[in-house]
Amino acid sequence: MSDDINALIRREYAAGFVTNIEAETLPPGLSEEVIAVISAKKREPEWMLEWRLEAYRKWREMQVPQWAHVKHPPVDFEAISYYSSPKSKDDAPKSLDEVDPEILDTFEKLGIPLHERAKLAGVAVDAVFDSVSIGTTFKEDLAKAGVIFCSISEAIRDYPELVKKYLGSVVPQNDNFYAALNSAVFSDGSFVYIPKNTRCPMELSTYFRINELNTGQFERTLIIADEGSQVSYLEGCTAPMRDENQLHAAVVELVALGNADIKYSTVQNWYPGDEDGKGGIYNFVTKRGVCDGPNAKISWTQVETGSAITWKYPSVVLRGDNSIGEFYSVALTNGYQQADTGTKMIHLGRNTKSTIISKGISAGHSSNAYRGLVRISPRAQGARNYTQCDSLLIGERCGAHTFPYIENKNPDAILEHEATTSKVSDDQLFLCRQRGIDEEKAVSMIVNGFCKEVFKELPMEFAVEAGKLLEVSLEGAVG
Amino acid sequence: MLEIKDLVATVEDKTILDGISLTVNPGEVHAIMGPNGSGKSTLANVLAGREPYAVAGGSVRYQGQDLLALAPEERARAGIFMAFQYPVEIPGVSNMQFLKAAVDAVRAHRGLDELDAPGFMKLAREECKKLKLKPEFLKRGVNEGFSGGEKKRNEILQMALLEPSLALLDETDSGLDIDALQVAAEGVNALRNAQRSFIVVTHYQRLLNYIVPDFVHVLAAGKIVKSGGRELALELEEKGYSWIE
Ligand SMILES: Nc1ncnc2c1ncn2[C@@H]1O[C@H](COP(=O)(O)OP(=O)(O)OP(=O)(O)O)[C@@H](O)[C@H]1O
Ligand SMILES: [Mg+2]
Repeated sequence: MSDDINALIRREYAAGFVTNIEAETLPPGLSEEVIAVISAKKREPEWMLEWRLEAYRKWREMQVPQWAHVKHPPVDFEAISYYSSPKSKDDAPKSLDEVDPEILDTFEKLGIPLHERAKLAGVAVDAVFDSVSIGTTFKEDLAKAGVIFCSISEAIRDYPELVKKYLGSVVPQNDNFYAALNSAVFSDGSFVYIPKNTRCPMELSTYFRINELNTGQFERTLIIADEGSQVSYLEGCTAPMRDENQLHAAVVELVALGNADIKYSTVQNWYPGDEDGKGGIYNFVTKRGVCDGPNAKISWTQVETGSAITWKYPSVVLRGDNSIGEFYSVALTNGYQQADTGTKMIHLGRNTKSTIISKGISAGHSSNAYRGLVRISPRAQGARNYTQCDSLLIGERCGAHTFPYIENKNPDAILEHEATTSKVSDDQLFLCRQRGIDEEKAVSMIVNGFCKEVFKELPMEFAVEAGKLLEVSLEGAVG
Repeated sequence: MLEIKDLVATVEDKTILDGISLTVNPGEVHAIMGPNGSGKSTLANVLAGREPYAVAGGSVRYQGQDLLALAPEERARAGIFMAFQYPVEIPGVSNMQFLKAAVDAVRAHRGLDELDAPGFMKLAREECKKLKLKPEFLKRGVNEGFSGGEKKRNEILQMALLEPSLALLDETDSGLDIDALQVAAEGVNALRNAQRSFIVVTHYQRLLNYIVPDFVHVLAAGKIVKSGGRELALELEEKGYSWIE
């Protein structure tokens, strides 16, 4: 590959600005006292604090996982602050009118206007700034349909029965090191409940922003789709450019009851670090859904372009008969980014079906790994899985790896696996340039073509955004 | 239009074009013939600015400017079009999207607005029809799974939409069946006019029955060893290349 292309792999990170607001940040370090303070700040009931402490005690017994295909210096968990909130008069703002205008500006700059006049049409947004949800739009409209969409902190106070029943039901406290940490210290996140036989009247979206220095972000999302209901949920994330690495360890739990359908889309654009690999977010996330009834369906679609390190495996437990799990992923790494991402499809019910389409794009010095597990239990008569893993390499210094694991305990199951590795070839680039198309546009066109099967799963507005994001993320990949 | 003087081109320090001089005036069609490996594709590639071919000597002027100083996309926008001997596939990028990006880039250079999508689609469908290509063809990935002959007709389609000033056709006739050859030749002839020039590389004088050239040149070991008119091709067919040496 020509040097031109290597020169193209310089990027500009548009979301890298810092907002100057006064914040209230806990001193670094973690202890039972710190957890008690977090819980008190959020005015949580006693049971919630107990739950956190239980998780904390489990976490202290656990080891940092070492199996992922990523390298980084050990994270000093005592150097992180576990809670930061924009300083406002009285704890959390009551309405968007009370939110610091600087913060509203921040979201506006990111293309997420929250105020009445400019709300995104047809999309309800919950905006999380550092550790706190600063507001949710379209609440009333949703309430009319019986849909609950609020911050998890509010849900703990206002819907304790639902939270008690489902929190930790999909991702147990001690599921893994980072999930345990999250369970102990999670600060905010979104909560969704869709009642029986209800189609959520609009797209729901949470937008996460890390601003404070040396602060970890540990959000917790819980989505419950009751029988026969349907919801599409979008998640977006950015962070300022900082020289230090910041930790993001979220947990997302999805529960789809019988005949319910959850579509969860992520466009992850955390700060990836600079050209030399300095700074960036460590994105260690546990996402899992359970199809807990017949004919339930959970579909994960993710476009991962950011973060210094991504460690993330959105998974589906297919417990209900005839339930369906899907995973569509585009993971782009550039510069010195590292991604180890994929999915787990756990087939428990009869005639369960899963589809995995993974597109990894590596440029620069980056490393991109797909790791997937398909497990078919003895009971899962008639189970089917289709897996397709495609890797695209741009330049000579990047790497792509595939780790597909299959555990099949049912001889009737049908499993198909396809994998390809290709390169953006000089010949393809020359064809484009010979037709008058400049190199940068050519690379982005080729990459977008490669991702087409995944992009078509995204909601329309997101698909356009994802395409643009790839273009920006590849900026500098050809000169 | 095009003035090539003593052009020497190398690949990995190996000389492939060894002093080529050729002048192409507006409206002329030049056919280039010659044995395998004589440098025909290399000549087209060097004119289009492809790597890794390096120019080690000589000059090329195109419409009054130094062609060799331009990047490949600048040459394309200035009206140079190359139909590839071996067109590559770009999976997932629809032919339509690709064609529109190309036409928009060239139009932008000429100071013209982007065509709106429906307008472009109409135009592309019409051109498809002329080349006896089904309209579904536009929705498929660029050359993705196209047959050899379809790939070649796709090159002509691109040429028709881009309306170049100088077209370099590298063995566009190879791999075409008799009917397709005629269709492709008609596509070329429809574009012939007093301003537009063509350099047509071919192994078969049959093509020249359809696209009648003004000049025929024989390339051997990186040099033009003989030039003549239409009749030279017939003579070559009869006697083979050894007759020249
Ligand atoms: N990229 C390259 N690297 C190394 N050698 C090359 C390269 N391109 C061309 N050559 C060599 O240069 C010589 C001329 O090749 P070229 O493709 O121009 O021939 P041609 O006349 O088009 O042949 P054909 O009739 O078979 O298409 C050949 O010996 C070929 O092997
Ligand atoms: Mg050739």
